[in-house]
Amino acid sequence: MFENIYPQLIGLCAGALLLTSALMVWRHSLLASIRLLALQGIALAALVAVIGIAEGESELVLVSLLILSVKGIGLPWVLAYQSKASIKQIQESPRLNPTAALLTVTLLTILSYVVVSRVFGLGDSSTGHAAPIGLAMVLIGFLLLISRRRARSQLIGFLLLDNGIATITFLTSGGVPILLEFAFSLDVLLVVLILHVFAGRMRTKFGGTAVDQLRELHD
Amino acid sequence: MSLILWIPLVGPLALAGLSLLPGTFALRRFVGVAASSAVLIAGLLLVSAVLNGAVPETGGGMLRADALSAYMISVVGAVGLIATWGGLSSAASSRTKDAASYEALIALFLAAMSLAVLADSIGLMWAAVEATTIATAFLVGHHRTGRSLEAAWKYVILGSVGVAIALLGIGFIYAASVGTDTPTLSWVQLSQSNLGLDPALITAGGALAVLGFATKAGLAPMHSWLPDAHSQAPAPVSGLMSGVLLSVALYAILRIQSITDLVIGPEFLRTMLSVGGLLSLLVAASLLIRQRDYKRMLAYSSIEHMGLMAIGVAIGPAALPSVLLYVLGHGLIKATLFVISGRILKVEGTPLIADVRALLVRRPGLAVPWLIAMAAIVGFPPFSIFFSEVGIIMAGWSVGLGGVVGAALVLLLVIFAAFTRLTVQMTLGPPANGVGFTPDYSAHGPRLPIILALATTATVAFVAEPVGTLLLQATAVLGGSN
Repeated sequence: MFENIYPQLIGLCAGALLLTSALMVWRHSLLASIRLLALQGIALAALVAVIGIAEGESELVLVSLLILSVKGIGLPWVLAYQSKASIKQIQESPRLNPTAALLTVTLLTILSYVVVSRVFGLGDSSTGHAAPIGLAMVLIGFLLLISRRRARSQLIGFLLLDNGIATITFLTSGGVPILLEFAFSLDVLLVVLILHVFAGRMRTKFGGTAVDQLRELHD
Repeated sequence: MSLILWIPLVGPLALAGLSLLPGTFALRRFVGVAASSAVLIAGLLLVSAVLNGAVPETGGGMLRADALSAYMISVVGAVGLIATWGGLSSAASSRTKDAASYEALIALFLAAMSLAVLADSIGLMWAAVEATTIATAFLVGHHRTGRSLEAAWKYVILGSVGVAIALLGIGFIYAASVGTDTPTLSWVQLSQSNLGLDPALITAGGALAVLGFATKAGLAPMHSWLPDAHSQAPAPVSGLMSGVLLSVALYAILRIQSITDLVIGPEFLRTMLSVGGLLSLLVAASLLIRQRDYKRMLAYSSIEHMGLMAIGVAIGPAALPSVLLYVLGHGLIKATLFVISGRILKVEGTPLIADVRALLVRRPGLAVPWLIAMAAIVGFPPFSIFFSEVGIIMAGWSVGLGGVVGAALVLLLVIFAAFTRLTVQMTLGPPANGVGFTPDYSAHGPRLPIILALATTATVAFVAEPVGTLLLQATAVLGGSN
């Protein structure tokens, strides 16, 4: 029974990951991006849980709970930690218009399929076929990092990049040992907290969080 | 014996906790010095153990000190001691809450660096390197000005993205090991020759991991965070980042290289590192010629030296003893220079080279050590940097990389000229307003750490036993023979 729906479940989770990434590029509201990030965290946790059940590894189920609590709940909560009223008004004005951005997302996805199938070969497993999704997420994360102007939108790009790396790791190797997974999650959580504090300081110092203002230091 | 491995981790952590306790004002300012001393003592004990043929291990094989790790941990301790001791804050300024978190973060930084070099797992090493980003983020932004905030933001974003790329690489390397009988991230096991790791995965993994750690090592073209962070951070922090953080990132590259070389041969990473090294030298040379800020000048000098070290790593075992000696020499001298630059900034009140004139006449107490350390950093003998540079260039010639080291030599000459010009501008010449000053002989801080650092780098290259033996043993580790 489970063997039959396993490839479909993997495909469903991977599809959800890619869809949330594309939507993050499309939507300009910060609140929507944070909600999409939470959804993506849940999809990633589900993916890990599915792999864990299929391979009969209880450790992976624990890892999926860890991911659910950090990426699905913890990080989005940290990002949204200010009054709902003010966060609703925050709109991003990215350097790329939505059409161009979505077109770029499509091209990046095609590119990652080409790269993965040429370099590693997709293999026969359903996880192997989903692996390019992870690379596409990494590339889309880079796209967000360079095309967004606000500090917190850049932060979301960084988290998307990180989710992409986690996706690749789980799809290619079934995840790293749990102790390391714990260390990785802690590191990411702390980096996000630090950047969040810096974004707050930027707001008091410059009256806004547009990273464009950061151009005093140069040669 | 294996208990020593815990000292550089637990010691600084305990001291960090101590500095955060209320009512420890008097002791607080010595926390950084005490933490580095703990690391240095543990490092020296480990070196002596390694020279006696032991390889201390603990924590179920997670922590391990072979010759290379023991050497690196001593470097971390020594450079840390010079930077923290030389930058010792005054008793009055250590009463604030900021001072408490500052000292605690320095201690945390040292603990994370120690973990990075002692961990026998590229995953744990990665987590430790990322932890140093976390510890140093607030240290870079310590002054809370707009500029330091900008530097800190760029540093954390670029640093974390770089290290995230390294994580992707480590993921691939792990995926390669899942294909064998024993999935592992331990580099001791990964660098055994008969594992049968998948070459495609190792190539991709090695390239990404080296690219990621090269970002932390400040190699061009991923260097852009470095001059900003180094120029805005408090002087001892700049010294620590330049002397310790960059070197530990280079150490990570060495460990990754020892894994990839066995599977795909040395050519691939050799090309990558040669290009990165030469680009770094080029960036440093072009931006040093017209540099106006003396802390940024030191930052570009770090890029230059890391570039040359990367070329040394590219050359391989023939150059590695020189590279390792380089790590120590560069770390000590750069920490000294940053400490003195912090004192110059404090008394002169300006970071601009053009505004600091005739330092030798006006403030000989600062100018004399500054000049000596400058001579050491541009590579005058008897300081060890000279011997390291010569060693790397000779080794490059012997393995057929004459073109690369030739180009490096030309760029080094340009950098030498630029450095000499800037230093002469700052120190020599008559004072601007001629009359009415008394020469200031004060060193504006502890003298002993500066003397110790200069004396060590001037003599270490001549000590064949035990330094030479240790360096050869450390090189043997990377050849996979230990």
